[in-house]
Amino acid sequence: MNQHLSAAADAVPIGTSNVPDDVVRLVELKRRFGQTAALDGVSLTVRKGEILGIIGRSGAGKSTLIRCLNGLERPDSGQVFIEGREISRLGERELQPLRRRIGMIFQHFNLLSAKTVEDNVALPLKIEGRPRAERLAPAAELLKLVGLSEKAKAYPASLSGGQKQRVGIARALAARPALLLSDEATSALDPETTRSILALLKDINRQLGLTILLITHEMEVIRSIADRVAIIDAGRIVEEGPVWSVFADPKSAITRSLLGGIRPQLPAEISSRLTRTEGGEAILRIDVAGEAARGPLLSDLAEAVPGLFRLVHGGIDHVQQQPVGTLFLAVPGSDANHLARVIAFLKAREARVEVLGHVANSV
Amino acid sequence: MSPILFELLVRSIWETILMTAASGLISLVFGLPLGLALVATDRGGIAESLWVNRALGAVINGFRSVPFIILLVALIPVTRLIVGTSIGTWAAIVPLSIAATPYYARIAEVSLREVDHGLIEAARAMGGNRWTIIREVLVPEALPGIVAGFTVTLVTLIGASAMAGAIGAGGLGDLAIRYGYQRFETSVMIAVVIVLIILVCGIQWAGDRLVARLDRRA
Repeated sequence: MNQHLSAAADAVPIGTSNVPDDVVRLVELKRRFGQTAALDGVSLTVRKGEILGIIGRSGAGKSTLIRCLNGLERPDSGQVFIEGREISRLGERELQPLRRRIGMIFQHFNLLSAKTVEDNVALPLKIEGRPRAERLAPAAELLKLVGLSEKAKAYPASLSGGQKQRVGIARALAARPALLLSDEATSALDPETTRSILALLKDINRQLGLTILLITHEMEVIRSIADRVAIIDAGRIVEEGPVWSVFADPKSAITRSLLGGIRPQLPAEISSRLTRTEGGEAILRIDVAGEAARGPLLSDLAEAVPGLFRLVHGGIDHVQQQPVGTLFLAVPGSDANHLARVIAFLKAREARVEVLGHVANSV
Repeated sequence: MSPILFELLVRSIWETILMTAASGLISLVFGLPLGLALVATDRGGIAESLWVNRALGAVINGFRSVPFIILLVALIPVTRLIVGTSIGTWAAIVPLSIAATPYYARIAEVSLREVDHGLIEAARAMGGNRWTIIREVLVPEALPGIVAGFTVTLVTLIGASAMAGAIGAGGLGDLAIRYGYQRFETSVMIAVVIVLIILVCGIQWAGDRLVARLDRRA
């Protein structure tokens, strides 16, 4: 079944052509801090115009990775190509013009408290050496883009967290970067503000065709705006692919665990009663995605395999316009033949089926 | 108080203000860059150089550990070299400045060190060089602390300038000792204390006002 899904994933073009136009290419990046390897051989590409999300637990190496892209951190070995140019051995002075091609937003916004909102936004242009008159017009335009025109003369301290991040985004865009790095940009924001900031980033990605690389520990962020996702654990990329296909068929334990918060899980009161002893009811986990999830799967099942089954938990979710479903069914286990036919039917429909166990009494 | 004593009082006030202002200004001009150098050359700083950092720190600590009255006398040859004389108000400005500069450098260092490292990283990520970081981030963000520290330095200088009477620099401290104490002119003593209180309160008030206007953090 896995092969079916990954074949389907390959068939769906997501912002890429046969010859990928890579904005970022990382080759075997390694970085150690004392005894711990923050990056342990990371290879990755970010294609032009896409939003790539990198997710991992804290300490997985995300921050080190994103900092290698603009030279704030230096890898011990490996290569970092930005728009085709290898930057990991460049000196601080050579990095400075390159960093102007890369915008960055931060978890704690990092706005200068002593400058007004418009001066914060205009700072990258000041660094470029543009006179004040040539800075304020683009700054005003960017503030309009992020919906904060009326706050131009305000100081950051008077803004809410969401407004501060909007200023941060406007500032990151000021020098017309080719790439936007987002370092946990929504982690300090409440859920509603997070949604609006993510919507803004998605908008900017579409309107300006800006390539975005974001790191996060929240799968919800990936699900909302990323085109592709890479999962990092202990300094290694353990899994990578289009978001919907990773959601539909996570290969690694860490991915499954990160998905745990937003994908259906068997309720604890049922999972605690699961046994290997057959009889009672068998609890099935069914993962289904793409075309297979669009059809009338359950009613077809009822028609094709007469007999009882019950939907215990789960549902169909939509990720990148692709249906991704996880269903938990309870099937009477007394008749092994019936159970086998249910499984066979579902597998024929390109669903992944797993018998989680049995419960003695019906749940 | 006799007209002569009153004239003396006015002259002493002027001498104290001159010594405080001139040495204050010099300590600002040299102390702030020194403070910046201390922060920049420290571990993780924008121009990390631990040798320079330790050397600077040692020199600053050396000057700061000498009591001012001893510094005043020990620096007489230096003063003579710079001012041409070792006596008088201008001569006192040299040791006052040399004492106040490392003092203010340490105060400025504390304020500069408190600037959020994330802001420096943001400036670097924008492609800013060291000068940009100093001009756009470190100094503006630390400015309230830099000004508050300067206020403290000025008040300290008023106190220190009282000792400068020892090298014939005049000033309010000198007047209080020679007339108020040694000649039992209680009215002079009271007048000096009142003037000093007014001066200190005035400087502190002006400094606090300025800090409040500059501070955009809250």
